[in-house]
Amino acid sequence: MTDPLISVSDLKVHFPVTEGVLITRQTGSVKAVDGVSFDVRKGETLSLVGESGCGKSTTALAVLRMVEPTAGSIHFDGENITTLDRNAMRPYRQRMQMVYQDPFSSLNPRMKVADIVGEPLRVHRPDQPRSDYRKRVRELLDVVGLLPDMADRYPHEFSGGQRQRIGIARALALQPDLLICDEAVSALDVSIQAQVINLLMTLQKEFNLTYLFISHDLSVVRHVSDRIAVMYLGQIVELKKRDDLFANPEHPYTRTLLNAVPVANPDLEARREQPLIIGEVPSVRNPPSGCRFHPRCPDVLPECRTTAPGVHGNVACHLYAPNDGATLPGRTSEGGS
Amino acid sequence: MSFLKRLWRDKKLGAIGGLIFLLFLFCGVFADFLAPFGENETDLSVRLLAPGWDYLLGTDHLGRDVLSRVLIGAQLSMVVGFLAAGLATVISIIIGVVSGYFGGRIDMLIQRFVDAWMTFPDLVLLIVVVSIVGPGMPQIIIILGCLYGIAGSRIVRGSVITVKESMYTHAAQSMGASTMRILVRHIVPNVMPVVIVLFTTRVGATILAEAGLSFLGLGVPPPAPTWGSMLSGTGRTYMYMGPWLALAPGLCLTIVVYAINVYGDALRDLLDPRMRGVR
Repeated sequence: MTDPLISVSDLKVHFPVTEGVLITRQTGSVKAVDGVSFDVRKGETLSLVGESGCGKSTTALAVLRMVEPTAGSIHFDGENITTLDRNAMRPYRQRMQMVYQDPFSSLNPRMKVADIVGEPLRVHRPDQPRSDYRKRVRELLDVVGLLPDMADRYPHEFSGGQRQRIGIARALALQPDLLICDEAVSALDVSIQAQVINLLMTLQKEFNLTYLFISHDLSVVRHVSDRIAVMYLGQIVELKKRDDLFANPEHPYTRTLLNAVPVANPDLEARREQPLIIGEVPSVRNPPSGCRFHPRCPDVLPECRTTAPGVHGNVACHLYAPNDGATLPGRTSEGGS
Repeated sequence: MSFLKRLWRDKKLGAIGGLIFLLFLFCGVFADFLAPFGENETDLSVRLLAPGWDYLLGTDHLGRDVLSRVLIGAQLSMVVGFLAAGLATVISIIIGVVSGYFGGRIDMLIQRFVDAWMTFPDLVLLIVVVSIVGPGMPQIIIILGCLYGIAGSRIVRGSVITVKESMYTHAAQSMGASTMRILVRHIVPNVMPVVIVLFTTRVGATILAEAGLSFLGLGVPPPAPTWGSMLSGTGRTYMYMGPWLALAPGLCLTIVVYAINVYGDALRDLLDPRMRGVR
């Protein structure tokens, strides 16, 4: 078992909600991420999945230090980067890069591809001669499956899939250790999604990359991940190995989530267990007491309404507390850690 | 070269606007050589002559040659128009970018100041300042520049906020680019379309504002012949006896402002890489 590259513990990101114009006072807070802990090991792909608004993107932004964590700590390769200032953060910025969801808004329309892909080099290696940097840009374009001669074109001349490749080339420019893919393929056509995912997986082997992969698409996640963390309302409810999660989902939320995936076969689709989930996602400004999932949970227990569940094995759920829940199906899991 | 070719091929109207503008610029620069008479040379024996061979655009109530005055006026009006609009644009960009990009408390403070500034009627502000420092070209340029610059900063700020929230700005931030680099490489180029339009409309507006000030006797002091003072001073007084007095500077003003506007529009489209090859 390798060391963790990223180690997040009890991360909280709360955004203050203020009222008033000149004299502002805080009237509440949006608890976008509320006590999240996970490790991403070197060379693996950890996926964060969940509904929109569950805090997956905010978690990623906090790891990148693009939003300030309210509490908790983030370690990168053993170093605590939670409170580093802008300058101290610079060396770490080179080692973690992000691939964005929307290939249309993530590339500056007024810059040539060469300048977009080369920008990280310009920022971090300003003394490098211009010719080296041109050469590196051509290399990078080749690596992501574009023609090196495309360097002098503008982003609008490319298709969505090609633009996403440009974004990946930019992320690879500094030979990072960690790539954060925030819904990196969600905006693409299914056929293009497959190409880009395969590219990402090839690159992972080639450059020994570690991925933090954020998605709401379970079929994509199933394809790329080593381990999967399921998030609900700012918390991780279940975290385990991919095959384990799909074969044996424990948390009621995970089970409903997996049930909601449509099946291509209409006969099976008609016969399969229908989604058990009820109601809407509650507001993160005022989350439910106890277990946050209890108002929608099909297996709700009395203590769920009052007490937040501890982590039992890989699951944060009262059903799997050692003294009860033995009668419930599917709790025999040897875990993923 | 390729830029001029594209301008001519894709934006005929803009190219013509640019040409007209260049023509006026040429007239302004070489006005001293082109003017057949001195702009303040009076000859009471030829008062209020209609346009003819001796005086191509006629003469005014003091027997001054209107053509010469329009040419010299081109010089003055262009200087006022361009410098004031240029200053206004620079002020708009600085205030708009700082306010929009940094946001928060800085934005709050700057925007309340801009609010306060905009509640003053332009004219009152101009009259107060001119009555303190006295009329003159540098004052006019600075006052008009500040006036339009501060008001225009709102538009730049709005645009900056849109660009700031874009993913490419986010990408630059997350790779650790300096604030200066983000502003210069990402924010400013992407608010340029707004800035160009702002500038071209401001050129017309400042020329007109100078005309208004001259009318009140607060502009460039007479006898210097700015288009504004010709139009609103002698032009109005002798409107019935000598309509050419108002016609010549009025037409010049209209043509120049229009030409700059169409040229600015063409420029905005051509400088946008996305518009390459689009007609």
